[in-house]
Amino acid sequence: MKKNFFVLLIFILFPLAMLWADQLFYVSFASRVMIYAIAATSLNLVLGYGGMISFGHAAFVGTGAYVGSILVAEGVTSAFIGWPAAIAVSALAAWIIGALSLRTRGVYFIMITLAFAQMMFYLVNSMKAYGGDEGLTLRQRPSLFFDLGNELGFYYVVLAILSLTIFLLYRLTRSRFGRVISAIRENEARAEAVGFPVFRYKLACFVIAGAVAGLAGALLASHGKYVNPNVLHWVQSGTLMIMVILGGIGNLWGGVLGAAVLLGLEHLISDYPIGWLAGIAPNYQQHANLGVGLVMLAIVLFAPQGIAGLLARRKHAPA
Amino acid sequence: MSWILIAEQSLNGLQFGLMLFLLAAGLTLVFGIMDMINLAHGSLYMLGAFLASTFVQLTGSFTAGVLLAVPATALLGMALEVSVLRTLYARDHMAQVLATFALILIINELTRLVWGSDAALPMPGALSGPVELMPGLPYPAYRLVIIAVGLAVAVLLYFLVTKTRVGMLVRAGASNREMALAMGVNIRLLFTLVFGAGAALCAVAGAMLAPLLAVQVGMGENILILAFVVIVIGGIGSIRGALVGALLVGIVDTIGRAFLPILFGVFFQPRVASAAGPAIASVMIYLLMAVVLYFKPQGLFPARG
Amino acid sequence: MLRLESVSKRFGGVAATERVSLEVRAGEVHALIGPNGAGKTTLVGLISGALASDAGEILFEDRNITRVRQHDRVRAGLARSYQITSIFRKLSVLDNLALAVQARSGSSFSFWRPLEKETRLFDEARSLLEEIDLQAKATAVAGTLSHGEQRALEVGLALATQPKLVLLDEPMAGMGPEESRRMIELIERIRAGVTVLLVEHDMDAVFRLADRISVMVDGRLIATDAPEKIRTNPEVRKAYLGDEALA
Repeated sequence: MKKNFFVLLIFILFPLAMLWADQLFYVSFASRVMIYAIAATSLNLVLGYGGMISFGHAAFVGTGAYVGSILVAEGVTSAFIGWPAAIAVSALAAWIIGALSLRTRGVYFIMITLAFAQMMFYLVNSMKAYGGDEGLTLRQRPSLFFDLGNELGFYYVVLAILSLTIFLLYRLTRSRFGRVISAIRENEARAEAVGFPVFRYKLACFVIAGAVAGLAGALLASHGKYVNPNVLHWVQSGTLMIMVILGGIGNLWGGVLGAAVLLGLEHLISDYPIGWLAGIAPNYQQHANLGVGLVMLAIVLFAPQGIAGLLARRKHAPA
Repeated sequence: MSWILIAEQSLNGLQFGLMLFLLAAGLTLVFGIMDMINLAHGSLYMLGAFLASTFVQLTGSFTAGVLLAVPATALLGMALEVSVLRTLYARDHMAQVLATFALILIINELTRLVWGSDAALPMPGALSGPVELMPGLPYPAYRLVIIAVGLAVAVLLYFLVTKTRVGMLVRAGASNREMALAMGVNIRLLFTLVFGAGAALCAVAGAMLAPLLAVQVGMGENILILAFVVIVIGGIGSIRGALVGALLVGIVDTIGRAFLPILFGVFFQPRVASAAGPAIASVMIYLLMAVVLYFKPQGLFPARG
Repeated sequence: MLRLESVSKRFGGVAATERVSLEVRAGEVHALIGPNGAGKTTLVGLISGALASDAGEILFEDRNITRVRQHDRVRAGLARSYQITSIFRKLSVLDNLALAVQARSGSSFSFWRPLEKETRLFDEARSLLEEIDLQAKATAVAGTLSHGEQRALEVGLALATQPKLVLLDEPMAGMGPEESRRMIELIERIRAGVTVLLVEHDMDAVFRLADRISVMVDGRLIATDAPEKIRTNPEVRKAYLGDEALA
């Protein structure tokens, strides 16, 4: 517990330090990392804890992003309306998609979630009124009590939401519900045979994750003041999956670690050229995905518990 | 709406469906026999196209280029199987999904490094003109060639799978893996060969479709989803299912895209039709999949009992 | 208590069970025997609700449960154990049982309260531990138990749902003599409080425990009777008991 407070303290002091060093860009960058951490954590709930391989999670992030953006574009600039609306619509979408998909399992489930994500992608793509395939740009961020255009303010709001999300996940996994979900993940047939209506629990898990993903989407759109259909593409689901597996699947901090490491590496690679590497392959910075792919493959093959797993192992290994 | 248009689009659907079949056949076998979800299957299709483009440029002949690309891709596929994919057979589906997704990223970037983001594979001049199938029905010669190649490969596959010993082993493996293992077959070699065959089929599809679609990094992902839809509809492990599913998907998708916007235009205002038409058309095959799964949750011809 | 009327189930072209009519009376231990592939496990699946029958009716306590889902059947008091051990390997033995107790004690759509605070669940689980004689292994991870201990936990999970009728599918599968003896004792202990439908190959256990025996061959029920009658039934001897000298 003490460790968590220490970490939280660093997060709280970080933007003030950046402000003092006149590096406000990093505050905005950190906000973006935290938003992705929220999205990845929501996927971790469904994927890591629930054991459901959903390739359509980006659809919920995208739904939240579009609901949030459309409301702002139509003049509703209060985040108190926009963000809960995003959560509600994403939860509804997750309910419908989950109810239809969770009747299947295995590859059929993957395919159906993927199909639904693609359907939403094409649907949004065809909405010419809201930018179609070019996307929707917002003139301003929504506002809470204050204008969220203030980077520091926005940062603290996102930090609060992320902390709440992690805390909620923590409580959830130790609750009755959490126990049922992990039992279902481990042995679905027996869970049903012991008297749990498995379908209802999986659906609930799916909806909760979808709702949180929607919130992350709304935050994302608010942050960048821009949204386009690619947010819903199944490859984006893959990116979220990379974060989860990188950070530690089924681990409380998996989403946070994964988002931080992936986005951090991305930033480092593109903004800080390594001299000797550039000497060998001049365009290496444009091929960052190669590194991402290799790392991800290595993790799946050799360190399936991700970074969190490696950290845990080092802690327990003899000195 | 003339019957010529309908005939034309139907042939296009047939052509697309046959190429989808080539992809789906390999995918369904790998899934059925090795119980492995291979997302990188689309990457083999892409590699086939890129390799064909290179070989065509080297040899100056379209046919030679395609014929060289097929074994080359098969070799790459088998190398991939022996090195990386083999370790995934024992893992669960999630690990396979994540690992092969990582492979997509790796192969995409390596392709970019070697070839750049796209490559050129122009239609062979001799086939670029139309053929008069019937009076008043011109149809591109090249597409006819694709149909011919597709049918030829389908027939060849049919013979291989139903009339040869290897084919029997493959079918046995698809319907009951433990049984195949118990039969004491050199399972590792069989798997590698099956994978190589699948890669070869991908290469044929990739090379043949290249002049019509663009050869670019990322082309695999788009067609991969369609291939998965096909095998889900057709039934996992079944080549017959892959054929029927592919033809269904190919025809529904093509005809949907061609006629749905027109149909919408009849009933709705132009603004709505021009937006909703293509959107719904893109979604047609998913609706098809949902309908099939509702009535037959294991697909049309499930190989597994 | 349980009545099957002409229940049939086909898999592809094969009839796994064909017009099986069976009756289990309240309070009895009713054994179901038959050669491998006779359809016994399929029947257990049909009764428990894991499989849907193609024809026929299943009545439990005079209520038609043919279309009722598995988890609802469990709630009604019908539980099963598995022939191939199907426990929660990563959880401790106590947690395994507590989970089953949790299933029947209120809703698990509780997201906030830590499970460890629910002492009543764990108390019940502990008393179950005593019944299946695994107190010593309460905190052991289920996957580390010996085969016999896992089979006992297997039965324990079924019992934890407080069933009126429990379907035991070959509880003694793969057990040596000592472990089998323990399992027989366990069944003797529980029979006072629950009706048992016992599928078994171990003839010692069957003849020792059963009030009545039903015999299944090739998907059909060929006889139901008291143990002695079954032992001497010529059809049964021919089809199943055959050369097994069971004097």
